[in-house]
Parts: sequence; structure tokens; C-alpha cells
Amino acid sequence: MQHQAGNISKTGRSATIPIRFNLNGQKVEIAVDPTERLLDTLRYRLNLPGTKEGCGEGECGACSVIIDGLPANSCLVPTFQVRNRIVRTIESIPASSLQPMLETGATQCGACTPGVVVTANWIKENSGVLASHSMRALMAGNLCRCTGYDGIIDGLEKWLGRDGGRS
Amino acid sequence: MQRLEGLSKLSGVERYLDDEPLEGPLKGCLWGMTVRSPASRGKIRSVSYDPAFDWSQFVVVEPCDIPGPNETYLIENDQPVLAPGYVRHMHEPVALIAHPDRALLRRAVASVKVEIEPDPPVLDFRVAPRPDQIQRGNDNIIKKLQIKKGDVHAAFARAHRIIEGEYETGGQEHVYIENNAMSAWIEDGPNGDVVVVRGSMQCPYYVLNALKHALKRDESRVRVIQAPTGGGFGGKEDYPSTIALHCALLALKARRPVKIIYDRSEDMAATPKRHPSLVRHKTAVDKNGKLLAQYIEVILDGGAYVTLSPVVLSRGIIHAAGPYSCDNVLIEGKAVLTNSVPYGAFRGFGAPQTIFACERHMDRIAHALGLDPLEVRRINLIKDGQTTSTQQTISDGTDRHALLDAALRASEYDRHKRESAAFNASHPYLRRGIGLSTVLHGAGFTGNGEVYLNSKVDVGATPDGKIEVLAASTEMGQGTNTAFTKIAADAAGFVPSDVVIGTPDTFRVPNSGPTVASRTVMVVGKLIERAIDDLASQLGQNGKPLRGPVLKAAITQWHAANPGKELKGRATYAPPPNVKFDDKNYVGDAYATFAWGVCIAHVEVDLRTASVRLLDFTSMQDIGKVINPVLAKGQVQGGVVQAIGWALSEDIKFKDGGMLNNTLTNYIIPTSDDVPPIRVVFHETPYRFGGGGAKGVGELPMDGPAPAILNAVANATCAQAMSIPLTPERLLPLLPA
Amino acid sequence: MNVLMPTSLSEACAFCAKQPDLIPLAGATDLLVHWPIHPAEHDKSYLDLSHVQELRTIGWASGTLTLGALATYWDVLQDGRAKSEFPLLLEAARQVGAIQIQSRGTWAGNIANGSPAADGVPVLMAYDASVTLTSAGGSRSVPLHEYYTGYRKSVRRPDELISAISMPIRKYDFSVFHKVGARRAQAITKIGVAITRESEAPSLGEGVGGRENFHPWRVVANSVSATVKRCTAVEQLLQSNSPVRKPEDFLPALASDVSPIDDIRSTADYRRTVLARLLYHSLRNVAPAVT
Repeated sequence: MQHQAGNISKTGRSATIPIRFNLNGQKVEIAVDPTERLLDTLRYRLNLPGTKEGCGEGECGACSVIIDGLPANSCLVPTFQVRNRIVRTIESIPASSLQPMLETGATQCGACTPGVVVTANWIKENSGVLASHSMRALMAGNLCRCTGYDGIIDGLEKWLGRDGGRS
Repeated sequence: MQRLEGLSKLSGVERYLDDEPLEGPLKGCLWGMTVRSPASRGKIRSVSYDPAFDWSQFVVVEPCDIPGPNETYLIENDQPVLAPGYVRHMHEPVALIAHPDRALLRRAVASVKVEIEPDPPVLDFRVAPRPDQIQRGNDNIIKKLQIKKGDVHAAFARAHRIIEGEYETGGQEHVYIENNAMSAWIEDGPNGDVVVVRGSMQCPYYVLNALKHALKRDESRVRVIQAPTGGGFGGKEDYPSTIALHCALLALKARRPVKIIYDRSEDMAATPKRHPSLVRHKTAVDKNGKLLAQYIEVILDGGAYVTLSPVVLSRGIIHAAGPYSCDNVLIEGKAVLTNSVPYGAFRGFGAPQTIFACERHMDRIAHALGLDPLEVRRINLIKDGQTTSTQQTISDGTDRHALLDAALRASEYDRHKRESAAFNASHPYLRRGIGLSTVLHGAGFTGNGEVYLNSKVDVGATPDGKIEVLAASTEMGQGTNTAFTKIAADAAGFVPSDVVIGTPDTFRVPNSGPTVASRTVMVVGKLIERAIDDLASQLGQNGKPLRGPVLKAAITQWHAANPGKELKGRATYAPPPNVKFDDKNYVGDAYATFAWGVCIAHVEVDLRTASVRLLDFTSMQDIGKVINPVLAKGQVQGGVVQAIGWALSEDIKFKDGGMLNNTLTNYIIPTSDDVPPIRVVFHETPYRFGGGGAKGVGELPMDGPAPAILNAVANATCAQAMSIPLTPERLLPLLPA
Repeated sequence: MNVLMPTSLSEACAFCAKQPDLIPLAGATDLLVHWPIHPAEHDKSYLDLSHVQELRTIGWASGTLTLGALATYWDVLQDGRAKSEFPLLLEAARQVGAIQIQSRGTWAGNIANGSPAADGVPVLMAYDASVTLTSAGGSRSVPLHEYYTGYRKSVRRPDELISAISMPIRKYDFSVFHKVGARRAQAITKIGVAITRESEAPSLGEGVGGRENFHPWRVVANSVSATVKRCTAVEQLLQSNSPVRKPEDFLPALASDVSPIDDIRSTADYRRTVLARLLYHSLRNVAPAVT
């Protein structure tokens, strides 16, 4: 399949690309600008602003989403690449399940939090990865400037039904 | 009690400014962006707009569009809103542009050429300026301050030993995860149109004052509303005033709502940072390490404009002599102008810089005398009845020696020390060590600051029998709303769900002062208690205040009798008795009270790569009464990790006064994999004049880690590092080959 | 912006033949960094390979591990056999960015992007990897250590795509990978080195042209030259059994192998010193002459 864009000028816009994908269990059909990042599509077009922009360079993880079962930084994903893929965002995780994270102080300012929860929830659903990766290594793609990480790590431990950390 | 916004933040439901749908007042919103200076100092020769763009489609604001004075209202009004033909730092705002299409706007802004006729910039604050670099007075000095106690010269003349040292700290970027975000729109009001600004900020009334000043409007025609704020750490204390003005100017010219959301790289390059510092110590001691005289010289890089530097310097010098008793102290401080980005507030506000120097120096005194650093602290730690450098008598009932002992126990100090020695004897290239620091932090504004602020709090009583706290203090992650709810509920005898925290909105809340200086729970929390007392007295029989269900019933009865009327309790700050400070001579009670802390760091240094890894960290503090254990612990852990970053990896690299590594890839903050669990221990000596018996907690955790870590590195490797960040590149030459 | 979205390798190659300025896109983890503020990049043409299913494979056949061009770091981290045969691949993979990058970043993209700080390239090179370049006219195989011709320059022609990376399965009795970054996770390498030692000389005639000059050591360093660099002088030093008694004894060989610079992330001095120390401490009591 070929997608040819129109002429680009300083004020020009490329022709859009029609795509279909599964988002939080729903079918989505939209036409996206080829320059659109998944992060922008979610926030500004699909009205799912839970996914945050922290850095725009794949460093902070605030924009973490799950694509085909794996965590990804949505600021580094051109939206056209998620055609026919399955995308899950923070909006797919029910608040009622998050009590353990609340109790340990996993959130303070909340700007990194949705990304943290997306990754933590992925670890929880794929806890086998903890056999080969430490929790702190798996969470290292989610920068937090408030908590010092203990509240997050303890919250995940609690969420997994383990004893909280030492701190 | 759990964090009020906790679940909405965890589930991504909390709406920060950029998450708001463009409806209601934001309908038809334009994106705003800033054209910035490409040079660090010089005359603006021209600003040229690329004719390839149809500029009639854009809103452009230049200095001539500013209704009032082109000044950002703060301590001195020397910082322009937009550079008025002359720039003083790289990335300084020159013009503003708005357009509905963000991508097109980015291209347009990138196409604007600002040409500068350069003048020689000052790029190193440690070097005296040449005549052609003078930009303020005749020496570029922003502020000079001195503290004098006893006679240091006489003490030096008869001292057993004099130990000198020079210590440096680097700048630090806040890295709040939510970048700066601001919106502005125009509404109709009774006295004409009203400029409304809503955004991410710590101090709505700072923003209000800045808008009133530069837009030439009174407070009935400017309104500031705080949006949920994704981190501040001091970084959203003063700069939001600038962004709010930018937003408002665009909105006024466009007559449409405008939103400015900084990209990370812009936020890092253009907004204030922690002041870099150079601190020199010259100390007279006896053979047991007792401090006989401390001469301390403090120099701060103030950056291009005054901003908050005088106050940062003030707090810096007051904390420079550490939590010790010494009869002879002379501290001389200055903040100097340079042509880098203006430096501003950052958690700790000058104290981390001077405490770093003091605590590294204490270890070097111990080293020089062949004593244990622990003993040098024991012998000097201030006791109740003794005085600080400003001759403030400490008498708060905190046993600081017991605090130190408790920290040693909690950190398993002796075991770590023993095991490290054994480990080091056997490992080819890893070296372990342990280090400590003892710190203090003045809570609330310095000296008479709280008196000048004259903070006010209202509590509204609603017809359904609830209490609404109306304060200007902002929730930015530290837990203001949760702590206020608990304080108000306890004071009124209500359940927390009967307390509502009003959104900080200058049309609704009085000026409770800025959300800074670890003052919120202590100072404003106390005002909440007093405002509830006032409310209860208004309803009480014969001035007998009411509490609990009786108060609730009285509120609903009052409303039934006075339909449509407002019922409010009010309180205005009054200093605790006998707190007096002479702010000319820096003598007296610098702070109403101090919080105290001990930090113990256990590190491992890799001799191959000169990298330092934290194995264990303990932070012990007396912050008065702990209002919420989870929140307080989180504050400490976050502060410690922020300080670990400042100590080891956060290294601002400059080119021509501009930040070169203004990305999260190249400005290195710790990840979860870089830090161990942080042990937190509280020691609670209730403070009678603080809300719920609390002192401040926000800043203290930032003060102690850096020196404790470098002391531990010295203990592990004998490398006597004197400056931070202690990156591997800086540590390598200090290590044994 | 112009995007072409092939679903097969042959379709992708046909596009490349027609439009030599196409930029191949796989995980996008390099190309999309700071995307909104680089509008010039929006005016280019891209070839999105992400849906070319046939490139997703990891194959173990005829004594070779073949990674398809879309194989990610995470794919390799999940491969049990890779863990036993090529442990350094996992070592490197787990140190690339974090899980969010490991799940999307590809080994081929790491090669194609051409950064001298690439973390995947040194371990691939230490395992003697070859790059398969495919065009409409057919495929050719290039040893990875001959792939780069200069800073971000390679032998790949504009009409060619990296379609696979292959490594001969061999016996190694020693292998190590060190990455030195500014922090333990999510760091760009300031200095890195991968070292392997083959445990036995393979029989003549293995692979193309045989291996008469069997040489057990592979030493590959990153972030110390314009490209990821195989350190042949260090390899020869190890082979020659000249005594090495301290890290500095590696410096003469390193001087001919690498040319580190001062940049935003580190200094030439640091890089040189640390590389020598890592070599020394890694090889001490492993290479007979290093004591």
C-alpha cells in the first residue's frame, strides 16, 4: 500500500492516512496526519489526555502506553504505525484497582503517574518478567521527580500482593 | 488519611492544563510561542519575519504591545517581560507569536531571525568583571549581606589549627515532569474586561501582582486561577509570572484565548535554575575539633536578572554555619550578575549550597585533626540555650544529639562501617564507604518575611454544614490539599469529607503568601486553625468556641436564618511571641523555628569507571508533628533523590551562557534503578505555632544528601572532592591510580 | 511528509529502487526524538517497514542465528537460546534505554542509525555478525566490522535495506560487555566495550573462504571513535601474549584503535582511561599475559 502526500510547503499539510486500530478494546478508524505522534493522536484527537507528554524524546515514560502487549513511549510512535495494532492506555485501567499504589504514596504531583501506572500494571499482568528483571530496572523508563521511587516500588509490591519494601 | 487527588492522578483522570478540552473559556484557543534571543548579551539589531509566512494570520506581540511598564514585578523590577531592544541572556524572550495550528506556529517561530550586536557577556561568576562587562552598579553585584558574631580575627590569632577549604556547587534544573503550562482569556466584569490567567503555578498572587503591574490593571480586572500543577520544586515560584504575562499579552491582542505549553527543551533552556555557588571556609578549631571561629564567604551566580537572588543569598548565609554552636562567626555573602539564564527558587533556596560546603568542611576538619567526623559533629552540635550565627537562641526542646544517635542506629552505621572495611580489603576495584551530614532548615520566610507577607486565610462555612478552606497555597504534589483537610478537620472536629479545599483563585481566596519555604503546613496550616477558631467564636455562645457536630449544626442553623449570606472565619498572620529579627544587621531570630536532620550515605565507588552508587541511605529528621506519615515520607524520599541527582549526575553544561544539555537524555536525573530504598525516620518534637504542631518538611531533605555522599566517597577512596556534581569525569583524577 | 507502507520486503525494495531518498523506519525510537521541534524532518520521505511481517523473525538454522530487520531488543531478551549462545546480546539489550525502548527498538535500526554510541552494534560485532543488504537486484552480505565507512556513513546503497543480521553459532569460553553511562538505566553510552574469545579454532572451510587466520579475540568499543570500532591492535596484543600488568599497558594499542573526543557527555581523557581500566580488569587472569 502506498501513501503519497501532497506537496509540502511552509504552510502545507500532508494528505492524511486512514488507519484502523484497537484502542482500549474499541475499534478506532481515523485519518491521521503522517507527522502525528501517537501521543498527540491520543491527547488531542481521541480525547484521552491521561497519557502525558514529559519530554518528547522517549526518556521519561510519562507517555507510556501498551502496544501489542508491550510498553512503549507514545511520543516515539508515528500514529500510522499502529494501524491494525492493539493499543492500551491508562484509561483502560480502572481506578478501583489502584488502591495499593495510593496507600504507599506512588503519586505526588501526578504528571509522571499515568505512565508509571501503565508500566506497573504491565509488570503486574506479566509478573514472569520479574524472574529475569528487577522491578527497579523495569520501572527505570519512568522518571519521577517527586517520590524518589520508593512509593512507586512499594506500591507495585503491594499491588502484586507481596510485602512492601523496606522503606 | 489518603492523598485526596491520589486516585484521580493514578488513573489519569486528573486534568492538567494541557489536558483540558478547548471548550468553554478556551473555545477557539490559540497556541502561543516565544521568540528567543540567540545570544547572551547585546543590542537587538533586528527581528525579521520570514516573508514566506502570511503573518496576517498570526498574532505577534512585541514590547510596544505591553500596556504598562515592561517589567516583571518581583523584588526589583529589572527583568523585562520582553527584551526591550537589549538582551541579557541566551533564550531571553524577545517576541510572542500565536496561531491556532501548533505545527505551523513552530515553523513560523523557528523562521524568525533575531540579530544581536554582541556585547561581552559575563559567563563566569567567580571572576571579577572587566569594565566592558559591567551591567549593574559598578561591580555587577546584585546583593551583599553579612552576618557577624563575636570576633573571628581574634579567635584566628590564638587558634590551635586553622583549616581552609573552597567548595562549589553546580546549577540544577527542576525537571518537574509537567512542563510550564499557562492559559489566558478575556472575560467581562463589572469594571470592564477581566484578564483571566489559569495555569501551572506555585504562587497565584505573585502572578497577580505581575499582571497588575505590566498590564496596568487593578485586581478587579485581573484574575489568576491555579490549575492542577505537575511539580514545582521552586521552579514555578517566580517564572510563571513571565509566562502568564506572555499569555495575557497574546490574548489581549488576539481577543481570543491563548495557551502556552513549553516543550521540555524550551523549559530547560529558558527557565530559572538553582543558583551555582562558591563557598570558602576558614575555620579555627581546638585539638578536639571544637569550632572556635568560622569565616565563610558565599558567592552565588545570580544570572542575568535579580529575580529572587537577594532572598536566596539571605537564606544561604543564615544556614552557612550549619547546626553548630560557635562563638565567633563572620559570613560574607554576595550574589553577582552574569549573562546566563536568571537563577531562581529551588527547593532549599540557598541552604543546600552553603550546607554542602559546611558539611564537607566538617569532615575535612575531622580528617585534618585525625578525628572521627562523628565526634567532630557531636562536640559542636548546637544545644538548647546556645545561639546560632545570628545570635538566635535555640530552645525548641529537640535533642539533636539523640537525633544523631537514632540516625546511626537506623542506618546500621557501625555494621556498614565494619563490613565496608572488610570488603575494601578484598575487592580489586570496588570501594565502599559511609558518610554523614547534620543539617538544619529554617521553616517559613526568613526574618521578618512572614510579618511583611501578612498572610490571610478564610474558611467559608457552607449551607450544608461543610467547611471550605480558602487559601492561596497550592497543591503541586507535596500534599497541601490533604494536609490542609486534616488540619481543618482536626481543628473543627469534623470528618475529612466535611472539609473542602477551594481552588486557589484570586477572586475567591485571600493572599496566604506563596507556596514556598516549607511554610505551607506550618504557617498557613496554623492560620487555618485560627480561622476555624474565628468561625466557631462567631457562632459560639458568649465567645465559647464550638466543635464537632455542635459546630456543624450551628453552621446549618445560621444559614437557615441568613439565606444567601456568606459565613466566613478569618485569620491574619501574627508572629509567635518574642520572635525578633534585625534585618539590617542580621541579628536575632532568623526563623521562628528550625527543622533538624541527619543524613547517612553508604556508597560504592567503582575505581574502574569512577562512578558512585548509593548502597543505602538514611534520612532522619525532626519536622515537628508529622501530619501525614505517607506524604511526609514521600517528601523526604523525593527530596533525597533530587539531592542525589544534584550531587552526582545533574550537570548543566553551558555554551555562551545557554544550557547546552537541555534534554532529559543529556541532563541526567536518577532513575528508579539508580537509587536504593531511602530509609526515613521521623523524630517528632511538636511545634506549638505550626499547623497541627508541624514545622516545614519540603526543603530539609534536600540539604544533607550531597555532603553525606561526598563524605562517604572520601571515606571509601580517600578522594577529597570539593565540588558537585561529582560526575565520574570529575572524580577520576582524584582517585588512587 | 511522504510515507510509503510496504507489506513485503520485495515491495519495500521496489520503493527504494524508485526513490533513493527514502528513510527506512522501523521502531522509530531514534527518528522521532523531539519530533515536533524538527519540522525539517517532516518534509522528508519515509519507508515504514513496521508491517513487513517477514522481517520479524529470529531464526536458528545451519549454525547461524539470524535476526530479521524488525527483531527488537525485547525479542532477543525473550529468546532462551540466545541467552545461552549469545549472552552479550542480552547484556546489551537490557541496557538499551528501558523497557519502552527495548520493546520497539530494533537491532537493524541500531546499525542503520549509525551512532558511534550504539549499544547493539558492539556485541553484534564481537559475535562476528554480518549484515544482509537487500535491494530489488538481490542480496549481499557484509561483515559488520566492514559496514561503516565513517561517522554515520556505511556501505549501504540508497536502494538497499538491511534485511537481516546473522551470527555464526560458535563456542566462546569468555565474553563480557561493559556499558558505562551517566546512570544505570536509560543512558547514552559514554564508553562501552564488548569482548569475546572463541574457545576452539573452527575447521577450515567454515563459512565463505574459510578461516585460515583463526584469531580467538574480538574486542569492540563504542563511543570512542567516529564509528563503533573493532580494536584490532588490542586483539593482536592479546594474541601476542606480551605482558600487560596495569591498565596503562593497553594505551599504546588503544591509541591506534580509537580516537575518543570531548563532547557533551564525557571527555576524551575519561574515555581512554576507563576503556583501558575496563579491558585490564575484565581480562586480568583471563588472558594469560594480563596479570
